[in-house]
Amino acid sequence: MALVLNDEQRMVKDSADGFFAEHAPVSQLRKLRDSKDPDGFDRGLWAKMAEMGFAGVAIPEQFGGAGLGMVAAGLIQEAIGRNLTISPFLSSAILSATAIARGGTEEQKAALLPKMASAELIVALAADEAARHQPNQVATKAEASGNGFKLTGAKPFVLDGHVADKLIVAARTSGADTDVAGITLFLVDPKAAGVSVKRRWMVDSRNAAEVTLDGVQVDGADMLGGLGEGFAILEAALDAGRACLAAEMLGVSAQSFDVTVDYLKQREQFGVKIGSFQALQHRAAHLFCEVELARSVTLKALTALDAGDERAPFFVALAKAKAGDVCKLATNEAVQMHGGIGMTDEYDIGFYMKRARAAAETFGDGAFHGDRLALMLNY
Amino acid sequence: MDETPELAAFRAETRAWLEANCPEEMRQPVTGDSDVCWGGRKWKFKSEAQKLWLDRMAARGWTVPEWPKAYGGGGLSKDEAKILAAEMRRIKARPPLSSFGIWMLGPALLKYGNEAQKLEHLPRIARGEVRWCQGYSEPGAGSDLAALRTSAILDGDEFVVNGQKVWTSYADRADWIFCLVRTDPAAPKHLGISFLLFDMESPGVTTSPIKLISGYSPFCQTFFDNVRVPKANLVGEPGKGWDIAKYLLTHEREMIGGMDMGSTGRDSMHQMAKKAIGTSKSGKLKDGLLRADIVRHEINAYAFGLTMERVKDEAKAGQGVGALSSMLKYYGTELNKERQELLMSIGGSDSLTWEGEDKRDGDPARTWLRSRANSIEGGTSEVQLNIIAKRVLQLPGA
Repeated sequence: MALVLNDEQRMVKDSADGFFAEHAPVSQLRKLRDSKDPDGFDRGLWAKMAEMGFAGVAIPEQFGGAGLGMVAAGLIQEAIGRNLTISPFLSSAILSATAIARGGTEEQKAALLPKMASAELIVALAADEAARHQPNQVATKAEASGNGFKLTGAKPFVLDGHVADKLIVAARTSGADTDVAGITLFLVDPKAAGVSVKRRWMVDSRNAAEVTLDGVQVDGADMLGGLGEGFAILEAALDAGRACLAAEMLGVSAQSFDVTVDYLKQREQFGVKIGSFQALQHRAAHLFCEVELARSVTLKALTALDAGDERAPFFVALAKAKAGDVCKLATNEAVQMHGGIGMTDEYDIGFYMKRARAAAETFGDGAFHGDRLALMLNY
Repeated sequence: MDETPELAAFRAETRAWLEANCPEEMRQPVTGDSDVCWGGRKWKFKSEAQKLWLDRMAARGWTVPEWPKAYGGGGLSKDEAKILAAEMRRIKARPPLSSFGIWMLGPALLKYGNEAQKLEHLPRIARGEVRWCQGYSEPGAGSDLAALRTSAILDGDEFVVNGQKVWTSYADRADWIFCLVRTDPAAPKHLGISFLLFDMESPGVTTSPIKLISGYSPFCQTFFDNVRVPKANLVGEPGKGWDIAKYLLTHEREMIGGMDMGSTGRDSMHQMAKKAIGTSKSGKLKDGLLRADIVRHEINAYAFGLTMERVKDEAKAGQGVGALSSMLKYYGTELNKERQELLMSIGGSDSLTWEGEDKRDGDPARTWLRSRANSIEGGTSEVQLNIIAKRVLQLPGA
C-alpha cells in the first residue's frame, strides 16, 4: 500500500479540515472550560459530526456507518488535533465502536452501532486500572451470579465516562491480575444499581470519569465477545484508539508548529524579527523534520490497520511512541519560542501543550510502546 | 495487493532471471567496503562472481534500471524499478555496481548534458568502465562552496584549469572528474561557475590522499596545473554551473542521508546487541538502559525509513514537501552517527580494536569514526537546517 492519500481520503481531509476550523475552533474549548459546561462538550457539534458521517466513519455501512476506515478516521482526528476540538469521537466512535464491531454479536451490533453513528448513543470504554497504562492489569472481578455476573472493581480513567449512555467494562472472569487470558468485556448501563460515576476534570479541559462497580448485576447476554477472551478485542480497540491519538497528536504538533513559525516572523526584539536568529531557525527546522516523521509513522499505522496487516500492532506502537514524543517536543518548543506570552492563559498555545501531555499519556506513552516494540522485535 | 497483470508478469520474469543469474556469492551480506564493486579502469574484481554479476546486470541495463536504454539503462518505469529492487532484496542480492557516476553525475547529465555527452559518458558509467570523482570543495570553499576559486580560462578550443580541490572522494582511484570551476571571475560568485568534465590522466592533474581519523584515506587533495580540457566537455551553459551543482547536491544528500538505513543483509542493531549482551528470562536485553537507547534509536530509524518511503510515494503522485533532500540528509546522517555510537557501546571493549590479524579487525572503530563525516560532507547539518529555515519555513534573514 502506497503511503499517500487516495482521492476519497483527500475529500475526507478537505471536509474535516474545513468543518472543524469553522465549527469547533479553540475558542469553543475555552468556552466549554470557562463555563464549566455540564457535559464538557457541545452536543450540537456532536450531532453535526454525525451528519457529516464523522461519528460513523469507522462503523461498517450495514450498521449505519460510513465504513471509510482508519485512514479516514485519522484524518478527522488530525483536524480535531489542529483545533483542539472536544467530542466523544475517540471514546465512542473509535474505541467503543471498534470493540463492538470486533467482538459484538449481530444483535449487539444492530442495537448499538447505528445509534452510535447517529450520535444518539455514547459508549465509553472502561478498561484501564493502572495510572500508567497496562491493559492486561484487570483486577475488577466478574463473578458468576444468577444467569449472569456480578461486577466489582474500580476504573479510574474512563474517557467521557461522565456522559456515557453505556460502558464497556473489562473484568476478570479467571486468572491472576495481570494475565491476558481470563479478561471478559461486558456492556454495562451506567444507571444500573451499584455503578457510581464521578466526573474528573483534566488538565486538557477534557473529561474522564472514575467509575466504581459494587456488585453490579449484568446479564449473560451483556457479554461482549467470548468468556475470558476479551483481551484481543480490547487490544484491537486500543490500537485503533492509539493510531487515532497519534493522528490527533500529529494535528496538535503541526498546528502549534505553524502558529510558532508565524510568531517567529512577527515578534520583534533587538530591533529585528526573532525568526532571523539562527538559534531559533535551527530548532524550528529540526522540528519541521520531526513533524514529517510523525506524519509518516501515523499514516503507516492507519494504513496497516485498514489493510488488516498482521504487523499493524507494530506500526501502531511505533506511531503512538513517535507522534507522542514529537508532540511533546513541538508544544514545549512552541511555548518556549513564544516566550512570556506563551505562559499566559489568554494565549491558546498553552492549550496545545496540555493536550499533548494528556494524549501522549493516554493508552501508553513512548516508554510503554517502546517496550512493546522491543518485545515484538524479540529483545 | 493491487499489482497489474503486466507488473505481476514483470515480477515473475525478474524473479526467475535473478534466481538464474545472481551468483550465490553475490547473495552474501556486504560486510564492509571491500565487498562493494566500484568499477573503473583501475578496478580489480574481488572475485569471478563479482565480475560476472556486474556484466550480467549491465547487459540488461539493470545497474541503472531507470535510465533510458539508449544510454545503457534498463528503461524501467518507477513501478518496475521498485519491483526489481524488492526482488533483489528478497534474495539478498548485492548491488552489482556502486558509483558516484550512478548516484550523482548520471542524473545531472540526464538533465543538463547534451546528446553527445550523454552518449559518451552514461553507457560507460552503466557498465562500470569509468569511475568518477567529484571536484567541489576547496580549502577556502567548504560550507561556502560558491566561494570556489579554481579557474578555467578559455584558450582557443580548450579551457586551461588551475587550482586546488580538497575532500575529493577516491580521486586517486577515479578515472574522470566532474568539477566546478570559475569561468568568469568578474561575475557575482554564484554566476561565474561552470561544470566541467575531464580525464584524471590529463597532464597537470595530481592527487594526494588525506589520512583521516579513521586511519583510512577515502579523500584526496587534487591539484590542477595548467590542465587543458576540450571546450566540448563543459556541461550546460557557461556560468550556469551552480544550478547543476545544486541539482547534483540534492542527489548526493539523499544518497548520504539514505546510507546505512535499511541496508540489505545487515544484522539490525538489536540483533547485534542480543548476540553481544544476551537477554534475561523475560526475553529483554540484559542492559535495560542500553535497551532503552536502542529502542529510541530504532523508533527514529523506522520513522525515517517510512518517511523515505512516503516521500517517494508522494513524488510519484505529484505531491511532496520542499527542501526534501536537506531534511533527509540532516536527519539520516544524524541517525547514522547515533547508530555508530550505539554499535560502539554494544561492542564495549571489543569495539576498541584498531588493528589485528584479520583485516576486518578495526572495522567497528573505523566505521564509527568515518560516520562522523556524514554530517559534514555534502553540506553540514547546520547548512541543511539553514536551507530548511529559508526555503520551507521562509524565516526572515535565513
